[in-house]
Amino acid sequence: MRGGIVEIWSRFAGRPACSTLGLVDRPADANLLAARHLVVRRAGRTILDVAELSIRCGEILAIIGPNGAGKSTLLKVLALLQRPEQGEIVFDGVKVSPRADLVSYRRRIAMVFQEPLLFDTTVFKNVASGLELRGVARREIKRRVAEWLERFGVAGLAKRAAHTLSGGEAQRVSLARAFVLQPDLLLLDEPFASLDQPTRFSLLADLEALLRETGTTTVFVTHDRTEALTIGDRIGVMIDGRILDLGEPERVFAAPASAEVASFVGVENILPGQVAASGDGLVLIDVAGQAMHAVASPPKGQAVLVCLRPEDITLTLPTDSPSPSSARNLFPAVITRLTPFGAQWRASLDCGFPIMTIVTKRSAQEMGLQPGSRVVASFKASAVHLIQRENGEK
Amino acid sequence: MDLIWEGLGQAFWLIIRGDPEMLRVLLLSLQVSGSATALSLVLGIPAGTFLALSHFPGRRVIVSLVNTGMGLPPVVVGLFVTIMLWRNGPLGLLHILYTPTAMVIAQCIIAAPIVTGLTVAAIQQLNPKLHLQILALGATRPQMVWLLLREARLPLLAAVMAGFGGVISEIGASMMVGGNIMRQTRVLTTATVMETSKGNFAMAIALSVILLVLVYLVNLSLTLIQQRKRPL
Repeated sequence: MRGGIVEIWSRFAGRPACSTLGLVDRPADANLLAARHLVVRRAGRTILDVAELSIRCGEILAIIGPNGAGKSTLLKVLALLQRPEQGEIVFDGVKVSPRADLVSYRRRIAMVFQEPLLFDTTVFKNVASGLELRGVARREIKRRVAEWLERFGVAGLAKRAAHTLSGGEAQRVSLARAFVLQPDLLLLDEPFASLDQPTRFSLLADLEALLRETGTTTVFVTHDRTEALTIGDRIGVMIDGRILDLGEPERVFAAPASAEVASFVGVENILPGQVAASGDGLVLIDVAGQAMHAVASPPKGQAVLVCLRPEDITLTLPTDSPSPSSARNLFPAVITRLTPFGAQWRASLDCGFPIMTIVTKRSAQEMGLQPGSRVVASFKASAVHLIQRENGEK
Repeated sequence: MDLIWEGLGQAFWLIIRGDPEMLRVLLLSLQVSGSATALSLVLGIPAGTFLALSHFPGRRVIVSLVNTGMGLPPVVVGLFVTIMLWRNGPLGLLHILYTPTAMVIAQCIIAAPIVTGLTVAAIQQLNPKLHLQILALGATRPQMVWLLLREARLPLLAAVMAGFGGVISEIGASMMVGGNIMRQTRVLTTATVMETSKGNFAMAIALSVILLVLVYLVNLSLTLIQQRKRPL
């Protein structure tokens, strides 16, 4: 009863649907949006065919997939900018009917596209535009726009004409224009795809901080795996209009649901860890209680995801003399599984943490490898790729 | 050559003195072409917006007809409107042939396709994704149309200029439906033709100069609005 009243109140007060202010008791994984059987066809071809998709309250769901996989179409359908031929969407517990008031539905959602799509006016008026459409009072608009320009670091550009901005500045303004609406659901369609690398990194970091701070439920579409790993609480892999895999980043990358997914994500070892020591461009990472060296420079205490490509890992027998290679990381391991992978074997190892590597069938035979064999897994510190994660997660 | 210099000299004095007949002709030209342009905007901008944003079978055929209409010969329009308004014509009861009203109607028929066609082009040159972004910002359909027109305001001003430029300088329709009646339907173009045929070159040159200056001033002011606040 209390929950119901608060929920109604919170909706009228313009509070986010997934408010975590402690007033509304929701299960931790409550869904903000649940979609079923979304189908879009164009010229006889199925571009979107999503059997089921749930977006949890407050999460950042990253959707990755190759170009033309239907990622943008999915976002347009979720925002009901495009009508699916079939399917149903339940938003915040209410089924959205096709005849529903689309405008009030869309006003709870904000979307940012790959192009900034700014209006030919000042930066301030661009960011104000969504609020003006909602008839928000002038003073309120001024306050909120100023706040979000500040938070995206573009307050100094408020009076500039939008068409004079650089690509990165324009995308910051476009993001501010979405955030200022305090949407229940934020849809980001490859917002950094046309930016250069340094701009992309700084903007990605700022975006993630603001998403965490506001707790905005977000669907982030990208074809960049690093972006997805950096920002996503869960990652969905979309190929040919279908979501083939969806889950925790480590799981999706380490154990893809299917060969199609694996070939897109690339088989990788992804391990959660924490920087134990840092200095001179080298760090020591605590991975499941073991020390791993990496060439990188995040600060001590930083939570990271360790990415390691299977082909960078070499296996030797414990009886072999230590190899003269420059590999800094040497882990005694036990082979848990061998599965055929073309002309090679894919070997699953347990070194206190699970990793996967690839050995040619020939060397596997020479070394007499089989499940249960004791080996040493070695790899260079430079083969370790680190992705920084927000501290406190996981 | 003498003829031109002499004409220019006399024209200069006519303008300086503010010849009353000349002023009346100028004023009527502005009234008729101004009203016709305004009316064509009222009709052409919504029609062009609709054609640019909607999808229905035959839309492209209609757009091509509109584009053809942008080059409508004023004489043909004059003939058509004259027939319609003729005493025993379909609209003869209105008794408006040889009045400024008839001239406004004829000029509006000339300007409306120009405004419509350029409005279609103005909206279609916008980024096609812009309307998705506007809807995603929570716009209602009327709000979206308004924002699109605001985004297309510069090419739309070009449509206004082209429409006005087209009718202020046309002669065929004004002559046929207006009749060049002194103090009633005489405008700059029809008066110029008449003065020239009378051999009254000074007055003809004066009227031509005024026409040129008028067209220039209108376009200048619209251009200034268009180029306003466009820092690099």
